[in-house]
Amino acid sequence: MSKLVLKNVAKRYGAFEAVADFSLELAKGEFVSLLGPSGCGKTTTLRMIAGFMPPSGGSIEMDGKQISSASGVVPPEHRRMSMIFQSYAIWPNMTVGENVGFGLQVRKLPRAEIDRRVDKILDVVQMRNLKGRYPAELSGGQQQRVALARAIVVEPEVLLLDEPLSNLDANLREEMRFEIRRLHDEFRITTVYVTHDQSEAMVTSDRIVVMNKGKVEQIDAPHVLYGRPKSRFVAGFIGRTNFVEGTLQGNEVRFDGFGAPAAAVEGATGGGTLLYSLRPQAITLSAEKPGGGGLSFEAEIVDRSYLGEYWDYQVRPQAGTKPLRVSTAPTAVFEVGSRVWLEIAPSAMVRVE
Amino acid sequence: MSVTAPAIDTMPVRPVRASRFDSTWVLWIAIIAVLLFLVVSPFVYLVITSFQTERTGEFTFANYATAYGRARYIDALFNSLKLGAASAALAGVFAVPLAWAVARTDMPGRGLTRMLVLATFITPPYTGAVAWILLAGPNAGWLNRFYMMATGAEAGPFNIYSFTGLAVVIALYSFPYIFIFTTAALELVSSEMEDAANILGAGPWRTMRKVTLPLALPAILGGLIICFLEAIALFGSPAMIAIPARFNVVTTQLFQFFGNPVRVEVAAAYAMPLLGVTILLVLVQRLIVRRKGFVALTGKGGERRPILLGRWRWVVFGYAMFVAALAVFLPYIFLIQSAFAKAWGRGFLLDNITFANFRFILFEHATAAQSVINSFVYAGVSATIAVFLTLGVAYIVARRLIPFGGVLGFLCVAPFVIPGVVLAIGFYAAYAPPPLALYGTALILILAFTTRFLPVGYVNASAAINSLNPEMEEAVRVLGGSRLTALRRVVAPLLKRNLLGAWLLIFIPATRELSAAIFLYGPNTKVASVMIFDMSEEGNFERLAALALVLQVLTLPLLYLGQRALGRDFMLRRNAT
Repeated sequence: MSKLVLKNVAKRYGAFEAVADFSLELAKGEFVSLLGPSGCGKTTTLRMIAGFMPPSGGSIEMDGKQISSASGVVPPEHRRMSMIFQSYAIWPNMTVGENVGFGLQVRKLPRAEIDRRVDKILDVVQMRNLKGRYPAELSGGQQQRVALARAIVVEPEVLLLDEPLSNLDANLREEMRFEIRRLHDEFRITTVYVTHDQSEAMVTSDRIVVMNKGKVEQIDAPHVLYGRPKSRFVAGFIGRTNFVEGTLQGNEVRFDGFGAPAAAVEGATGGGTLLYSLRPQAITLSAEKPGGGGLSFEAEIVDRSYLGEYWDYQVRPQAGTKPLRVSTAPTAVFEVGSRVWLEIAPSAMVRVE
Repeated sequence: MSVTAPAIDTMPVRPVRASRFDSTWVLWIAIIAVLLFLVVSPFVYLVITSFQTERTGEFTFANYATAYGRARYIDALFNSLKLGAASAALAGVFAVPLAWAVARTDMPGRGLTRMLVLATFITPPYTGAVAWILLAGPNAGWLNRFYMMATGAEAGPFNIYSFTGLAVVIALYSFPYIFIFTTAALELVSSEMEDAANILGAGPWRTMRKVTLPLALPAILGGLIICFLEAIALFGSPAMIAIPARFNVVTTQLFQFFGNPVRVEVAAAYAMPLLGVTILLVLVQRLIVRRKGFVALTGKGGERRPILLGRWRWVVFGYAMFVAALAVFLPYIFLIQSAFAKAWGRGFLLDNITFANFRFILFEHATAAQSVINSFVYAGVSATIAVFLTLGVAYIVARRLIPFGGVLGFLCVAPFVIPGVVLAIGFYAAYAPPPLALYGTALILILAFTTRFLPVGYVNASAAINSLNPEMEEAVRVLGGSRLTALRRVVAPLLKRNLLGAWLLIFIPATRELSAAIFLYGPNTKVASVMIFDMSEEGNFERLAALALVLQVLTLPLLYLGQRALGRDFMLRRNAT
């Protein structure tokens, strides 16, 4: 049985639809991210799951029991969930130990048991030595760990995270992504994670829900989302990509400056303009004509940037007008203006529109 | 860590019909009932009473005919307006240079100046008025005696018992309002704004005229308006000075309508212009301050370098000390002299020193000591009620717990536009007659004080609540705590300091409140301010000075407490008004 089920959940403010027809099932122990630009409805969805907002339509069930619908909601304090907030919401009037022990205290556990569990979880997040400190004396990363410990120690049915890393600096953010995934692997708590940062979602999640303007665009595992985006929005939002337009002409799809056999690329049917996404990593650059079985054609380097981990080239096909973006290893150096060969596997072309 | 599997929370998932129509409505109705009682009903009764015939309660315009039927009643109205304008202008002359010097220049003694402004601020206007009677009374006043001694003249030039005297005394004890507003605005003008003018070719004076002053102008105007309103609503100083000087202002005229026999209907009718002018000017003030709100927006950040005055700094410092001498040094020197004197007119002679005045007011006088206790008890109860009531309302409004919560917030700040005298007449009209018959009880004073200071409480409470991230409370709830738990364990501890601050900001002025108390006290509920007023009518300045000093000294520990909790300037912050 699914742990958490959202059925056609909607949230309307007057005529404005913050969330529309949102359906999702989470298996027990699954880690799902809600990913999208700000204002896409992801936080609204999370707050409906937490019980802070009633949905305007649809329902939410946990363990088969309805906990939210337009006619009423179980209040947050009776949902046995926990949540990590964007601001961490660490209570500054309580020590680290008191913050972490709060949920256990509310659940009326004996003093000794609370102490034991608090110590244990503080060990897990490596904060045991700071148990007696007040939050004002902690760094941002340490506060984040306290928030994690406080949310996990109560062994919630569902753990909700609302952009928990957005207030940290870049290095710490990367470290905490792995920390969150590590804790999930350790405790297997069913988790819903809201973020606008795709790499955060990709590192932590089993599946990602991409949202845009209140609607679900695609729900898939991270590598599927990247490799096989189903819409223009998903292709553009997850990673960088080239959008290339093509038209079906006989047995061939004609693109700007090159063509591909219709049988080799997916979705090559129908008239009009076909829109494909082509990842910069899926294009190979070489000085000589490649011998492989893919599509290959001549092109010219028009611009380039060096980003340390890779080269970002703008390459215009000989017969084309618009340049394509190509990523290569930092060792593959080509001068601007030089002639190169591009090679593309037709299966890397994903039709998005 | 191995996860111990059994769920630690055995709380059953409640049936889904936890509806939105629950206990919050009860709370809403309770709070609205209290606010109706405190704010709306006195106001409504004030208006109704002004159209009623005494005893029979029939509808009539006769009260208005009486109230505006005599030339001297009309004169009193105009006197008030003139007095307001004169003292506000004077207060501006005292306050603006000081505010500029303290906020923007390298004048020496800026901290000292701030402290002296605070000392002025906590001096009740009637205490200042008494001190100035000692200083500038015709013939016997110290300034006149020094003048005569120095020049050998037959008479001194000063006469406190005059329109000018009254305007100066009121200005001296209301200029801190302008000071507070203006320093707050000037502290938001960053040096970069001035630098920008300089680099475009404007000299220091042009920069001040074109950049700094215009940015502070809304604040100065706002402060002037507050001073004007303070002056026309004041009762104590005019009663002590204008009545002997044989002219009347609105508040003293109202007091006479309240004399034997009490003509509350006529008083209510006569109070209308005062109320109208106040409402109008408060709206104007809000408009000015809000429309030019860009000061706060753009002024944030940016460092502020003091303007270097060179030799002029001593001139400016001299002016600050001159103002301080008029408001603090001279008044307190002669108040203290008088409090320890057998007869104040005999001056600083050793054999003139006595503790008898303190002994008398503390132990021998039938009601003086009791009046001090009354003041503190009533102020304490009022401050407590006001703080918790406004905290509740501010919380409900900020968290949108109920629809139309804004109405409650409005009711909490509405008393700001009701002068104390007018409020007292409203309370008298509403609650003196049966069935409540509260006239002369402690309760009516406590309720009136509570209402008077609700706006201070609300402004502070809502600022405090808005500084709290709601996620703090949501974190409690998601971990299984109720809203009440969140309030008790998180909100209350976090707001402790702010609440103490709000409490003191109500308590301190409430201990010296006179305008409302003078209309509502009874034989057993006399407060210290009324006691001081009575003694001034008896001309008993030595004992009066002793009582006034006792009241001031008792305030000091509270002030210290507030400064410890909230910082040195807590009384002088803008929301103190």
